[in-house]
Amino acid sequence: MKQEKTFIAAAGIIIGVISAALVFFGNPVNMGFCIACFLRDTSGALGLHSAAAVQYIRPEIIGLVLGACIAALAGKEFKARGGSAPVTRFTLGVFVMIGCLMFLGCPFRMILRIAGGDGNALFGLFGFALGILIGVFFLKRGYTLKRSYKMPWAEGAIFPAVQIAFLILLAAAPAFIHFTEPEGGPGAKHAAILISLAAGLIVGVLAQKTRLCMVGGIRDLVLFREYKLIIGFAAIILSALAANVILGTVTGTAYFNPGFAGQPIAHTDGLWNALGMMLAGFGCVLLGGCPLRQLVLSGEGNTDSAVTVFGLMAGAAFAHNFGLASSGEGPTANGKIAVVIGLVVVAVIAVLNSRKQEA
Amino acid sequence: MKTVDARGLSCPEPVILTKNAFVSKEKEYQVLVDNVTAKENVSRFAVHQGYQVTVKEQGEDFVLHIRK
Repeated sequence: MKQEKTFIAAAGIIIGVISAALVFFGNPVNMGFCIACFLRDTSGALGLHSAAAVQYIRPEIIGLVLGACIAALAGKEFKARGGSAPVTRFTLGVFVMIGCLMFLGCPFRMILRIAGGDGNALFGLFGFALGILIGVFFLKRGYTLKRSYKMPWAEGAIFPAVQIAFLILLAAAPAFIHFTEPEGGPGAKHAAILISLAAGLIVGVLAQKTRLCMVGGIRDLVLFREYKLIIGFAAIILSALAANVILGTVTGTAYFNPGFAGQPIAHTDGLWNALGMMLAGFGCVLLGGCPLRQLVLSGEGNTDSAVTVFGLMAGAAFAHNFGLASSGEGPTANGKIAVVIGLVVVAVIAVLNSRKQEA
Repeated sequence: MKTVDARGLSCPEPVILTKNAFVSKEKEYQVLVDNVTAKENVSRFAVHQGYQVTVKEQGEDFVLHIRK
C-alpha cells in the first residue's frame, strides 16, 4: 500500500518534469499536456472543425494510448470490454469537452496552468472540485451506467490501431490533413514529433501502471478518505512548478509567471472558468475518470472509454464549429449557453441513472 | 456470506458497492470484479477498514474473499 503511494508520487514527479520540458521543446506555454486541447487539435487536423489556429495531430495523444496499451499487454491487463451505455458516455464526452474549452484546458492542463502561475486556473480548480462533489452526491445515490461486458479482442484493438493510423497520417502529412500554418496559433506550437511521441509513451505507461486520474484524486478523498490518486495529482503540480522555476532560471525566459491577466491561452473570467470546469468535473465523475484516464482505458481495450474519446473529439468539433470555445479574450455568448445546457444535460443523465441501493 | 457482483462496473462503483455491503457488518464477504484496477481498489479499501483479503482468479474474473 505504501509502495503504491511512493510509486504514484514518483510517477507524478516524472510527469510534471516531462510536461514542463515539452513546453521547452516547443509546445504552447502551460500546455506540455492538455488532453482536451490535443484532441481538439487532432479533430481540427482531420477537418472535423475548421479553426485554422488549432489543427495538428498531437503525437502525445498517440503515445498516451499506445503507451497504456503496451503497459496493459505487458501486464496481461489488456481486455476488450464494452457495452456500458455507450451513447450516454459519448454525450458526456461531448459536454465534458465543451466545459474544458470554456476553461481552455482539461483537468491535466488545469494543474499545469496552476504550476505556471496562472491564477485563473484556481477558479477552474474550485469549479472542478464543486463538479466532483456533485458527481459524488449521485454516486452515493447509486448512480451507475451499468456493467460492461467482454468483447472480441479485435474490438478492443481498434482504438489503438486508429492511433497508429493517426501517426502515419502525421508523418505522411497528405494534403487533406490540416496543419496550422507556422505562427498561425497554438496548433503551430509543438515539440518535434519523436519528442512528443516519446513523452506520450512514457506518461501512458506511468498512467496505466499507477491508474493516475485527475478527477479520481478529489473523488476518492471525499468518498473513501483514500489519498492515493490525489498524491499523483499533487506531485504533478509540485514537480511541474519546480521544473518551471528551474527552466526559467536556466534559460532566462520565465516559465513561472504568477498573475491573472495576460496568461497564455487563458482568459480572466473567473465565473466561467469555474463553471466550465464544474461541468468537466461533474461529467468526468459520471464517466468514471478524467480525459487522460479515458485515453489510458481505451488503450487497455475499454471500448466504452474509446467511445467517450470519440465524444470528446466530436465535442471539440461542435465547440469550434458553433463558436462555443473561449479564447484569450474570454468566453463567448454561445459558449455560456452551451455550458448551461451541458450542466442541465449532465444533471438529467445523473438523475436518470441513479437509484437508491438497498443496503 | 454476502456476495457483491461488481464485474464490469466503472470506477469507483466496485468500492462503493463494497462499502455499502459492509454496513451489514457480516464476518465474511465475497466480491467479484473483472479487472485489476477494481481488484486493487476494493482490496485497499477493505484492508483500510480492517478486513483481510485473499484473491482468487476465476477465468476472466477475480474473486475477493474478505474476512474480519
